Amino acid sequence: MIGAEAIVKCLEKENTEVIFGYSGVAIDPFWNSILDTNIKRILIRTEQNAAHCASGYARISGKVGVCAVTSGPGATNLITGIATAYADSIPLVAITGQVNSDMIGSDVFQEADITGAVESFVKYSYLVRNVEDIPRIFKEAFYIAGSGRRGPVLIDIPYDVQMAELPGDFVYPETISMRSYKPTVKGNMVQIKKVIKEVEHAKRPIICVGGGVHLSQATKEIREFAELNHVPVVSTMMGIGVMPSEHPLYFGMVGNNGQPYANRAMNESDLLLMVGARVADRAVNRPDLITENKVMVHIDVDPAEIGKNVGPTIPLVGDIKHIFRDFLEQDDHPDDHSDWLRTLEEYRDKMESDRVPDYALEAYAEPRDFIRRLSNAMKDDAVYVADVGQNQIWSCAYHIVKNGRFLTSGGMGTMGYSIPAGIGAKLADPSRQVVAVIGDGAFQMSMMELATMRQYKVPVKIVVLKNGFLGMVREHQHYAYNDNYSMVELKGDPDLSMIAAAYGMEYRKVDGNSDIDGELEEFLANDTSGLMEVRINPMELTKY
Amino acid sequence: MQKIQKKVFQILVDNTPGVLSRISGLFSRRGYNIESISAGVTADPRFTRITIVASGDDVILEQIEKQVSKLVDVRDIHELLPDDSVYRELAMVKVRAEAEKRQSILATANIFRCNIVDVSPDSLIIEITGSQSKVDAFLKLLEGYEILELARTGIAGLGRGTEKVIYL
Repeated sequence: MIGAEAIVKCLEKENTEVIFGYSGVAIDPFWNSILDTNIKRILIRTEQNAAHCASGYARISGKVGVCAVTSGPGATNLITGIATAYADSIPLVAITGQVNSDMIGSDVFQEADITGAVESFVKYSYLVRNVEDIPRIFKEAFYIAGSGRRGPVLIDIPYDVQMAELPGDFVYPETISMRSYKPTVKGNMVQIKKVIKEVEHAKRPIICVGGGVHLSQATKEIREFAELNHVPVVSTMMGIGVMPSEHPLYFGMVGNNGQPYANRAMNESDLLLMVGARVADRAVNRPDLITENKVMVHIDVDPAEIGKNVGPTIPLVGDIKHIFRDFLEQDDHPDDHSDWLRTLEEYRDKMESDRVPDYALEAYAEPRDFIRRLSNAMKDDAVYVADVGQNQIWSCAYHIVKNGRFLTSGGMGTMGYSIPAGIGAKLADPSRQVVAVIGDGAFQMSMMELATMRQYKVPVKIVVLKNGFLGMVREHQHYAYNDNYSMVELKGDPDLSMIAAAYGMEYRKVDGNSDIDGELEEFLANDTSGLMEVRINPMELTKY
Repeated sequence: MQKIQKKVFQILVDNTPGVLSRISGLFSRRGYNIESISAGVTADPRFTRITIVASGDDVILEQIEKQVSKLVDVRDIHELLPDDSVYRELAMVKVRAEAEKRQSILATANIFRCNIVDVSPDSLIIEITGSQSKVDAFLKLLEGYEILELARTGIAGLGRGTEKVIYL
């Protein structure tokens, strides 16, 4: 058995079902060895999207996503995808081909020091020097990526190592023996009891959930805990979907792009449980307000997050699912917090603005109204993938999550994430409807993947909010530079009906004159790929 | 802004390729200051011991400890507290020393228990070992002479006693 075959064996041992990637000479031994297996291979159209596909796959399957590309430009193209996964703690194993071991460092054709280049965006990386290390390295890589605070791991494998004969039989290690990597899973019991005591005494408790709740698959435990104790919940962008949007205990997204009543609820609480959230700048603009006059409990699997942006009263390190199970066992004094909940409902009613658009509706669809209607037309367990920009802000605020998932690139804000991530999500669970909502800027960064969708029959529904601008930055230039627009006008947008036709997709277009509900119903009726163009006002703003 | 202070960290890491660059890379990308760094393999060749002197306010110094400890190769990091630890630094100074100045330089070196490791007609190389403040004090006394070259190792340190020893 050669190294490349050993890699494939490792992936089989890890139950990898699908691998996203691109070919090239330095990774060809691997693509050759994978031919006779049941592992599905998806040839994407540019390497960055291999990592985004794997990310969408990982987030819906709960498994580690896998991608593989060639050396040099293949590997460097992958970096943005890896960095995007790192910023949102998505578990990936990225495999890169490398030039022959004895050529490393001599700047030969398609050589790049990829382990050096991705150092700050990976949880760990390996350059494989000996073929016999392959089983151990893969075992460790999958373990590191999928445990503790999840994240990407890169394995760089020179061509000659892939071709080398593995001495002896292939043996995949049963256990991990890493002296230095031992993530905390169980929460400290003393701290857990302290938190429960605070919950019992609190008059105005609130939970703020982040992406860590999804990563730990603790949605059920959080909902149960909130319901038992009648504790309201707000979320960060990455925590959307932990609570159904219309759950009576859910009070929206926090942050400068969130709902004012969600921020107010968090600031006025007397006990804040920050769960699997980094307390980063977009979610918490002023960290002092969330510690003032209150007990702040920070629960995270990564001890380094605790105290990084805000100093909590009670730190609690561990896996969220485990910790909330322990909470549920400890906790037997439910209070109904009815006054507090009534106050929050009043805030919501008062601060939720029903904005009437000030332009003629005929020419354009109103984006907020459109997203509401899109949500209502989608299946209960659908996956909604929002891209980056104004579409993302509107999606966060107006998409109604029922029993589905909401995916987006939160930390890095990588444009063009939604289509490849949607492809990955659809492959992770073909029974679920997947809708990618994207602006016309990001669409042109990722529309090459329509070919991938066609080649592998991955029916993602794509909704393009078209305004001929890079809308989010135009909005910024509207406020910051007095409408002096620079580098934001998308002249030369392609005719989307012809793009759809070119890739054999169903196409629909809606504007202010359309029967939007009727169009959406037909658009979503079947499980084939489709492209809907939504004309929106270029001067539309997310903030007033 | 809190007070900037110095701390000495002792870090025990797996002796993997590139481990030093992973540690120093973490410091540079997160904007932490390294005053000095020294590294060497331990009695067990699987591990390397690194001594880092870092500066920052309390929040930064706490983050340094947590972020370093998160690196997969890092087995242990702890602060070497001045009262419970011994620090040493080695410096080599090449100083211009023509015959007429040589005796006075040697006298100063003697007071600091230095070793003379090289003598040439117009220069000396002096080796000094000690705490950072001792090395600094010695260099201050040499200011009256011409220092041609200076190499300092940065400090290496160990905690006193057996309490915090990690048995590998």
